Amino acid sequence: MIATLRDPKRLRAKLRQWSRDPYMVVYGVLFVAAVIFPPLASFATGTSTLTGLAADAGVWVLLAIGLNVVVGFAGLLDLGYAAFFAIGAYTYALLASAQLRSSPLHQAVHLPFWVLLFLAMFVAASAGAILGAPTLRLRGDYLAIVTLGFGEIVPRVFRNDPGHWTGGINAIGGIDQPTIPVCLDGPWSQGDDFKLQFGAVNCSFSLSDPTAYYVLMVILIIACVILVTNLQISRLGRAWAAVREDEVAAAAMGVNTRNIKLLAFGIGAAFSGFGGAYYGAKLSLVSPDNFDFTVSITVLVMVVLGGMGNIPGVILGALAVYFLEFKFLTDLPRNAAALANQVGLQGLLAPNAATSWPGLEDFVGRLNFLVLGLILVLMMLLRPQGILPSRVRAQELKAEGAADDTVFDARAGQT
Amino acid sequence: MSAQESERAGETILDLEGVTKRFLGLVAVDNVSFEVKRGEVFALIGPNGAGKTTLFNCITGMFPPSEGRVSFDGRDITGYKPHRVAFLGIARTFQNIRVFDYMSALDNVRLGQHSRMHAQIWDAILKTPKARREEAEVTERAHELLRFVGIERYANSFARNLPYGAQRRLEIARALATTPRLLLLDEPAAGFNPQEKVELMKLVEKIRAQDVTVFLIEHDMRVVMGASSRIVVLDHGIKIAEGTPQEVRSDAKVIEAYLGKSA
Repeated sequence: MIATLRDPKRLRAKLRQWSRDPYMVVYGVLFVAAVIFPPLASFATGTSTLTGLAADAGVWVLLAIGLNVVVGFAGLLDLGYAAFFAIGAYTYALLASAQLRSSPLHQAVHLPFWVLLFLAMFVAASAGAILGAPTLRLRGDYLAIVTLGFGEIVPRVFRNDPGHWTGGINAIGGIDQPTIPVCLDGPWSQGDDFKLQFGAVNCSFSLSDPTAYYVLMVILIIACVILVTNLQISRLGRAWAAVREDEVAAAAMGVNTRNIKLLAFGIGAAFSGFGGAYYGAKLSLVSPDNFDFTVSITVLVMVVLGGMGNIPGVILGALAVYFLEFKFLTDLPRNAAALANQVGLQGLLAPNAATSWPGLEDFVGRLNFLVLGLILVLMMLLRPQGILPSRVRAQELKAEGAADDTVFDARAGQT
Repeated sequence: MSAQESERAGETILDLEGVTKRFLGLVAVDNVSFEVKRGEVFALIGPNGAGKTTLFNCITGMFPPSEGRVSFDGRDITGYKPHRVAFLGIARTFQNIRVFDYMSALDNVRLGQHSRMHAQIWDAILKTPKARREEAEVTERAHELLRFVGIERYANSFARNLPYGAQRRLEIARALATTPRLLLLDEPAAGFNPQEKVELMKLVEKIRAQDVTVFLIEHDMRVVMGASSRIVVLDHGIKIAEGTPQEVRSDAKVIEAYLGKSA
């Protein structure tokens, strides 16, 4: 890799190869967009609110990448993905806040964010393995129902607060903010926070300015994409593909199907643990309400809508659904009211008790989920394979450039 | 491996003792015993529903036999899981082709080498030099195997887009990729025309020449007669004959099973 970068000829060849690969182009566009987004957003709106929203979207991207390993690669339908997200978030919340002082432990624990990021990942992966071990002998729908149950149990356990560890319905607040590790902390830092000024962009981990979170999230996503891509084209990725297609044949070819499925489950859970720790830090509040069934379903929708099994597709799907749900639909009532004002339909704005008309803004707000549902139905009807469906054999094609005797496969990439 | 294998030719490689498989009331395989010798082409024949595939499934661990023992190379493998059986050196193909449709032919064969690869999860995630080297070797070997069965030109096509005959050959290549010592072929020539059957039998002979013992199920008596050294005949789950092709051909019970009782 480094040798490639140093040699201009090889670098140019590599770039040319990438520019022909549509997925590399998608990655490139996403990366450029990620870099120019914060200054653009703060220039346009004067605040960094949009950057914060984008950082939150990043959590969903991480979750979608992780669920894609389970659903897209290994073909296991997991409807309780939010459970691992919750486990990751609570791991961080418990070990980086004052919460444990009021627990039976009577001692607050404040471990650094960077350690906990990996610890949360590990804890979530272990939870995935523990859930998976007895249940992965189930197939298809049966597995989906078991995971659904698990996804309901975990947040409920945190809510019911057994032994006064998790704070229950009161949630855990006042969670530590990340700080840059001491070894990277130089004269540019003021006090305990990492503060770095890039022109107008202030990189510090504080709730008022989410730019640093955004940068961290972009770095995390890039790392995860590289690692998952490696996995996909490895021996394990191939075994997942085989298990998804024909478990019996895969077993007959020497694939330990139980272990390979367990691995997919564990790795998928690890990503949500990662996302969970970040989410806890960013929000500085972890409440059992944040991990209900809709979270699992939303992530699943992101994966399916983006294109199961295809990482850039899943990223696009996550961004699209996030935008739809958390920006487009939340702003829709206000925008509808503004539009009505402009076209001269002010009469619709005010509620009318006689006709039980709730007022346009309220009315549109009530229609939110209907609109979301309609959009999802339409997208699935028009593009059932997802925004960017998976390529199954690009590796061979890329390596050899042999497209002569290959037949385009209309069914490829569909579920 | 091959030198060692050929030295031991003639020894028992697969030993079935009283294998019985019941499905509720139905006895699919009834107290069947026989031995497969190292280095031979051994055939299992019988009319439809005789229990041939069930027997294969008992050997490869798809489901355990209700009674009896299966030993491979002196080791009792009764009730082993399929992946362990494969790891020990028994590979199989399926009667109704079960290639991985949406994987390339090359990937199908690379997958066959899964259990012989050593890259661990960290190697896979971080793409270590070890994993890269191994992947290159595996790809090289997959091309060799595709060449061996004669379908290398389809290497990059989806398995499902291959012609029928090539899919059968791909399944054989995938099975060979597990570096088996015993290869079970479940009706490898089903749906072939006579010409293709002859070519397939040539391939079987080529495989045997690589010191892989071949154990095949076949429907067509003529195919089996030419290619195999010994034959077992199964009818209604019961072994009714065993011997060389000549012996089996003239066996009254076999003729009856195939042609029906003469009035």
